[in-house]
Amino acid sequence: MSSIEKKEIASHELPKTEIDAETMAKRDEKIQVAMIALCGCWGCTLSFLDMDERMIDLLQKVNITRSSLTDIKRIPTRCAIGFVEGGIANEENIETLIHFRENCDILISVGACAVWGGVPSMRNLVSLEDCFTEAYLESPTMLPDQKKVIPFHEDLPPITNKVYPCHEVVKMDYFLPGCPPEGEAIFKVLDDLANGREVDLPRAINRFD
Amino acid sequence: MSITITIDNKEIKTDIGATLIDVAADNGIFIPRLCYMRGKPCLGTCRVCSVKVNGWMAASCTIPVQDGMIVEVDTSEVKDIQKALVETLFSEGTHNCPSCEKSGRCDLQAMGYETDMMVSRFPYRFTERNKENAANLIWLERDRCIFCQRCVNFIQDEETGQKIFSISGRGPSSRIEIDKELADKMNKKQARAASDICPVGCIIDKERGYDHAMGVRKYDITSIRERILKGEQ
Ligand code: SF4
Ligand code: SF4
Ligand code: SF4
Ligand code: FES
Repeated sequence: MSSIEKKEIASHELPKTEIDAETMAKRDEKIQVAMIALCGCWGCTLSFLDMDERMIDLLQKVNITRSSLTDIKRIPTRCAIGFVEGGIANEENIETLIHFRENCDILISVGACAVWGGVPSMRNLVSLEDCFTEAYLESPTMLPDQKKVIPFHEDLPPITNKVYPCHEVVKMDYFLPGCPPEGEAIFKVLDDLANGREVDLPRAINRFD
Repeated sequence: MSITITIDNKEIKTDIGATLIDVAADNGIFIPRLCYMRGKPCLGTCRVCSVKVNGWMAASCTIPVQDGMIVEVDTSEVKDIQKALVETLFSEGTHNCPSCEKSGRCDLQAMGYETDMMVSRFPYRFTERNKENAANLIWLERDRCIFCQRCVNFIQDEETGQKIFSISGRGPSSRIEIDKELADKMNKKQARAASDICPVGCIIDKERGYDHAMGVRKYDITSIRERILKGEQ
């Protein structure tokens, strides 16, 4: 059931203030970048901020559209680059990733979770039933008189049986491993793309941990 | 007897019968490897050291050099095959480096870096293999085992010479096994040696844990490539 049928308004449908024409024109000239955290811990997004002052120069060339930093909820215009943190663990993740693929020229899997599943994929070794039981029915941290319920609501996206890497759902163009990758590595990849160079991550900053 | 072989169009003088992987290292040419240990008998299990010898792919740790041998190492085809072989191991086991005690001193991880691996081209399998509190001093993290057989061949009970480790099953159901009785006789030094010989974080000596911070771990300080080219391993 969509939110419209329920007469609810999603945040991206709220009325918005138009940006003045001059700012808009400057933004249009820049390379549009969208970012998203799927099933991850936001660590990779925080690592993005570790680009520190290098971000100032980068932002002369790049405009960040949808992201957890700008709080824009849908991709407003076609983007050159999509930066994806986290793997696929529920149906909302799938929908969002497809939305990214349809609206971005280049998609990058950033971090172990996006690249191969990472920490959330630890649940791939147990059944979903065991996983829910451990989390909600027999959790060691439950209060003794707490009602045992597995959360279920039409607004909660159904969880997938396993956690999948992004490239098993849509085509991903580049991969940046690490948990999280260092700010330096994220900068190198974005800087290469923003300057039209072939992405070339030096071996010394490629990390799996 | 002195002979001449050619590696990547470079003529190299060496002795007949020397092992190709060593001859390459002695001449500054790095070839990845996971099961081979310099000075120990060749195991030939991982194939990560594959190069082209007289036009055929061959595991260079298994090849005694012969006069006139033509070897290709630094070509995109060879490098891609080596990388694919490393990628299969990351897909076959479960390698969550951020939570692994071996991270930073793991040969598999180091070979991932050396082959410029970013992701595995093969589907990640998440094979379930029980972890086990295997012996007084040893913990087995089975889903990281790459079946190199180093422990099987090179770790023995000091008293009887019997093997302590073995591999059971075949194909996807292969599993590293440990003789509990013999393993419980190991002292700390032996347990540490078994853990060190394992190229991944499968054999864990319990007291070590995460003993070095990032940046000061074995391969953070000197890369596996440099160590191999210096003849250290
Ligand atoms: S890769 Fe690591 S840092 Fe990034 S989202 Fe996953 S758990 Fe967090
Ligand atoms: S064994 Fe090596 S490759 Fe596997 S998780 Fe540990 S550090 Fe990573
Ligand atoms: S336990 Fe370690 S040394 Fe033994 S076969 Fe597995 S990877 Fe090789
Ligand atoms: S190093 Fe040659 S087969 Fe493993």
